[in-house]
Amino acid sequence: MDKIQKALSDTGKKAFVPYIMAGDGGLRCLKDRLLYLQECGADAIEIGIPFSDPVADGPTIQKAGIRALKEGTTLKKVLEDLKEYKHEITIPLILMTYLNPLVAYGFYNFAENAKLAGIAGCIIPDLPIEEEEIILPALDKANISLIRLVTLTTPAERIKEIGERASGFIYAVTVTGITGTRNNFNKDLAEFLKTVKSMSPVPVLAGFGVSNAEQVEEVCKYCDGVIVGSKIVDLFDQGELDEINRLVKTADAVSI
Amino acid sequence: MKTSTYNMPDQTGHFGQYGGRFVPETLMQAVLELEKEYSRALEDAEFHVELQKLMKDYVGRETPLYLAENLTQHAGGAKIHLKREDLNHTGAHKINNTVGQALLAVRMGKRKIVAETGAGQHGVATATVCALMNLDCVIFMGKEDIRRQQLNVFRMELLGAKVVSVDAGSGTLKDAVNEALRYWVTNVRDTHYILGSVMGPHPFPKMVRDFQSVIGKETKKQFIEKEGKLPDALVACIGGGSNSIGLFYPFIEDESVEIYGVEAAGLGLTTEKHAASLSKGKPGVLHGAMMYLLQDEDGQIQEAHSISAGLDYPGIGPEHSYLHDINRIKYEAVTDEEALEAFQLLSKLEGIIPALESAHAIAYAVKLAAKMSKDENIVVCLSGRGDKDVQTIKDKLGGEE
Ligand SMILES: Cc1ncc(COP(=O)(O)O)c(C=O)c1O
Repeated sequence: MDKIQKALSDTGKKAFVPYIMAGDGGLRCLKDRLLYLQECGADAIEIGIPFSDPVADGPTIQKAGIRALKEGTTLKKVLEDLKEYKHEITIPLILMTYLNPLVAYGFYNFAENAKLAGIAGCIIPDLPIEEEEIILPALDKANISLIRLVTLTTPAERIKEIGERASGFIYAVTVTGITGTRNNFNKDLAEFLKTVKSMSPVPVLAGFGVSNAEQVEEVCKYCDGVIVGSKIVDLFDQGELDEINRLVKTADAVSI
Repeated sequence: MKTSTYNMPDQTGHFGQYGGRFVPETLMQAVLELEKEYSRALEDAEFHVELQKLMKDYVGRETPLYLAENLTQHAGGAKIHLKREDLNHTGAHKINNTVGQALLAVRMGKRKIVAETGAGQHGVATATVCALMNLDCVIFMGKEDIRRQQLNVFRMELLGAKVVSVDAGSGTLKDAVNEALRYWVTNVRDTHYILGSVMGPHPFPKMVRDFQSVIGKETKKQFIEKEGKLPDALVACIGGGSNSIGLFYPFIEDESVEIYGVEAAGLGLTTEKHAASLSKGKPGVLHGAMMYLLQDEDGQIQEAHSISAGLDYPGIGPEHSYLHDINRIKYEAVTDEEALEAFQLLSKLEGIIPALESAHAIAYAVKLAAKMSKDENIVVCLSGRGDKDVQTIKDKLGGEE
């Protein structure tokens, strides 16, 4: 069982994994935000790396990425920064990055430095299983889990295959679309999450479009926890720290 | 280099290290379905009959192969022949691809279409086939391109398409592709994405190439009929790379034929304002494929620049990336200024107003011809006509005349 899987299982509660954009507000904010989320009770944190062409992201994360890039944020700088204070963070850190910054870094070079920075896993939204061999050996060597995604358009057969390859957790995308807050979920969501759950040997976390307590509660009924991105990014941008604290704790309240 | 048995891409859509299917999981089903449907269509005689009928009666193929004697005389060397894709319905090669893809969309039961466009030629070609086949059509176009290709925006609207302006980035082709992909991710269940060039995830680079290969197949037949041999050189401009691969592909195994792809050098290769992905970029992943990209050392994609909206893209399709690496094709670059000159030259000498994109190929062909002997022959893909660019040229030259 890898570090992420361990952190998300056996906690006696549903997992809450917030997403933040590294370098939004300047790289100097990263440490404070990570420590704050840890203190609020986050079970792991997804650190987004800004990219010029984030095709899987909606307006909120796109804008945060542009702000971060304007601040001069790069993947290298983020990893350097994390190295400084990784011992203060005990929950798993997971990078969410498009593939090209990793190509530019060099896969082995990246994986080695990510390991030194305390990174436990990677989510790469433009890397389906068909192409993952390109980076898997480098990640394996550094003991970094590749977190795979399944979506509402993934057929059962394929969900099964992805389940067989899974490490860390499975990221179940709750909308057919890009990141961003939504008012309602697809009516097939419960069925979908149940299917994924039944085929996954690792925890299943749902994300994309989850933004309030009711949605956290609803989604957590069918899986092991949630990932909240756009809403957290917005709240940090607006300085609403108390609201973040409340949101992170909503998962604790869901009975398991 | 050995291309006498060229057989790319492989089963998984790779051209060597390039290509592939680097798309969000939400799109994988659609991409796999498209691949399957395309293979099925290729085996289906009816599909070919339907496609051929439309190509002949609707698009107006075959297009002429025209010996440009005045231009030849001006260049003072090899004979320059123009493959007249500008004479296609809607005025460019783009429709060769959109007809084929629209037929596939109908076969897949998808009656909604999304597309990106740069110069607006692909947008017009898409809107046109959507009108013909009664499909809903949404076109994403960069804000800057909307400004410089007004006429095409109006044409798309006349044809019943909805044109959506994209403000992000530099408001050009790359940004339009991003937005079209986001739209596709959201509406993938009932929508087909008609990609306009040999880029994107497999099977697009192969499929678009196959549809565009009609250019090269006709050229080969026409040239042999006229001259009893193969041409010595081929020249075409490169945005994503579709008109060029369309001309080149049927000649790849003919090793005696020199092939030249012409990228946009914008204000010059020593400036930051160009679109020369092969000359100045390095391999990376964008819009679903591994290919050469203009990018900084951290893998952020850079903005391209070209006076022609259709070449203003920071990448070059995976097959070109591969053919570059194995040295089968030579890639050159032509500046805005040289293209402008060629634009006027062809207009005045031959009475043919080329698209600014195609003017890049003309500019290079004139230089190349001058270095070759009079009994040699060059075929240039005249990918489109220049009506759409007349306003841009007027603004550019206005001060000078
Ligand atoms: C007339 C014309 N030529 C060339 C291009 C460049 O595209 P490609 O390289 O795919 O042929 C365009 C694109 O808009 C075009 O309109």
